[in-house]
Amino acid sequence: MTRTQKMALVVLALVTLASFAAGWLAPSSYSEQYRDSISAPPSARFLLGTDDLGRDRFARLLYGTRISLLLAPAAAFLSTLIAALIGGTAGYLGGRWERGVTAGIDLFLSLPWLFLLLTVRALLPLNTSPVTSVMITFLLLGCLGWAMPARIIRAGTRTLVDSDYLVQARAGGISPLRLFWRHLLPNLRPILLAQFWVSIPVFILSEANLGLLGLGVSEPLPSWGAMLRELENYTAVLQNPWMLAPAGLLVAVVCCLQLLLRTEERIPC
Amino acid sequence: MPLSMLLRQARRILLTALVGGLLGATLVRLGPGFGVDEREVDARLNAESQQAIRAEHARDNNIALFYVRYLSGVIHGDLGFSRSLNRPVSELLKERLPLTLGSLAYGVLGGMSIGLVFAMASVWWQAPGSDLLPAVLSGIALALPAALIALVFLWMGVGGRWAIALVVFPHVYRYAKNLLVAAYQAPHVLAAEAKGLSPARVLFAHVFTPAAPQLAALAGISVSLAFGASIPIEVLCDTPGVGQLAWKAALDRDLPLLVNITVLVTLMTLVVNACADLALARWRPVS
Repeated sequence: MTRTQKMALVVLALVTLASFAAGWLAPSSYSEQYRDSISAPPSARFLLGTDDLGRDRFARLLYGTRISLLLAPAAAFLSTLIAALIGGTAGYLGGRWERGVTAGIDLFLSLPWLFLLLTVRALLPLNTSPVTSVMITFLLLGCLGWAMPARIIRAGTRTLVDSDYLVQARAGGISPLRLFWRHLLPNLRPILLAQFWVSIPVFILSEANLGLLGLGVSEPLPSWGAMLRELENYTAVLQNPWMLAPAGLLVAVVCCLQLLLRTEERIPC
Repeated sequence: MPLSMLLRQARRILLTALVGGLLGATLVRLGPGFGVDEREVDARLNAESQQAIRAEHARDNNIALFYVRYLSGVIHGDLGFSRSLNRPVSELLKERLPLTLGSLAYGVLGGMSIGLVFAMASVWWQAPGSDLLPAVLSGIALALPAALIALVFLWMGVGGRWAIALVVFPHVYRYAKNLLVAAYQAPHVLAAEAKGLSPARVLFAHVFTPAAPQLAALAGISVSLAFGASIPIEVLCDTPGVGQLAWKAALDRDLPLLVNITVLVTLMTLVVNACADLALARWRPVS
């Protein structure tokens, strides 16, 4: 691990810790409205000031970070799981099943990711409770993000299935279940892990895109995407540059994840 | 290029686009709130009018029938009627498509050019830290959501097409750089350098040219990426293009409009990908 990557890891650890210690670091709740301090500038009481409803921006940023940092990996896990099931089965079984799955993956990938995501999200109910909206957003990311990992996992499985040692294992009369658990899955693990890590920044950015367009997490729950919506007011941003804090944190976290991903890419498959 | 290969590609593209359209239609049909029309609670409309509106919606309830009707309409040049915008879909697409295609062309060409220039410069100056600027720029651009890039460009008063270029550039830069670095390590490049060829000749004739087909294949991915980015960019920059139309169609659950846009986008992506595949097959050296 290089020095830059170590620094990235420290930054990520600090951000994660801060988000989990939100209740302690920010005494206000993310939804508490201070009617006497609407659009207040940063102060000892409100480190990043308050928004136009009088809510503490620092508290909202910490709680929003927690939501993104918890749910993006959950969505990445779901999409990798679906991809492993579909791509792995296709690569293992081969033949018509593999051709059918490949055609399905091609069809899925022929639609641009953001177009698919925005369209499907817009078709789902928008006037739901905040918790439901969080679940819908991240379940959607997990369920729609399987195609690209599935293509890679299918190819990886196919290569493994055709490899000499697996042919030998089959010729030796190994049971399919043992073949899967002892030989296939351990060798697929680096590919699955890489796909999991690669999906996290993609899903964080996708949530931010959805949030900016008003299709993400519902108010009053904070998320990076929802907080970025404030930036639509250019004059307010000019007058209150601390409104850019969520954007800065988002960029920093995604950059750190990308730097760390370079380590993941080096894992020998 | 064998005609049979072209025909096979064309058949595959058409079939995939049609299945894509059917899936899009099914999604809209199954989406909550489909068929709800605010005119049904309009007190000014009498029972007969409301019955007519309900009958109009009932026609679209059977998705298979809707799709068959849609396809037969397409054969006769009729793409259907957008209920939310109260205009024929063909008219809407004709009006908005040139703008989006123009933005995509600028964005993809701009993004690819910037990415390629940076990648070649990184390979050219092989001194440590020479690729720091493009690496930092591409890292930041990759960490920015397309919608945020659109907002920044909106603040600066720069057109959305350059926002698309900024979305495309980091992907092209990273892929092209890896490709060119790998090409630089090929034995024939080492031999060319040992024979005393100028660095420029080595780069253009022996590194860039062999990698060109794979770089051209990037166009397919870039178009798909650019169209995806064009939706938030057109919505936030209020550009009346197909991206904004897709957004409106999804929000209004406008079935005919959404099906046409899905088929159009799928066709566009598949055609560009197929062109890139054909280029790869045409230029790949025979071993």
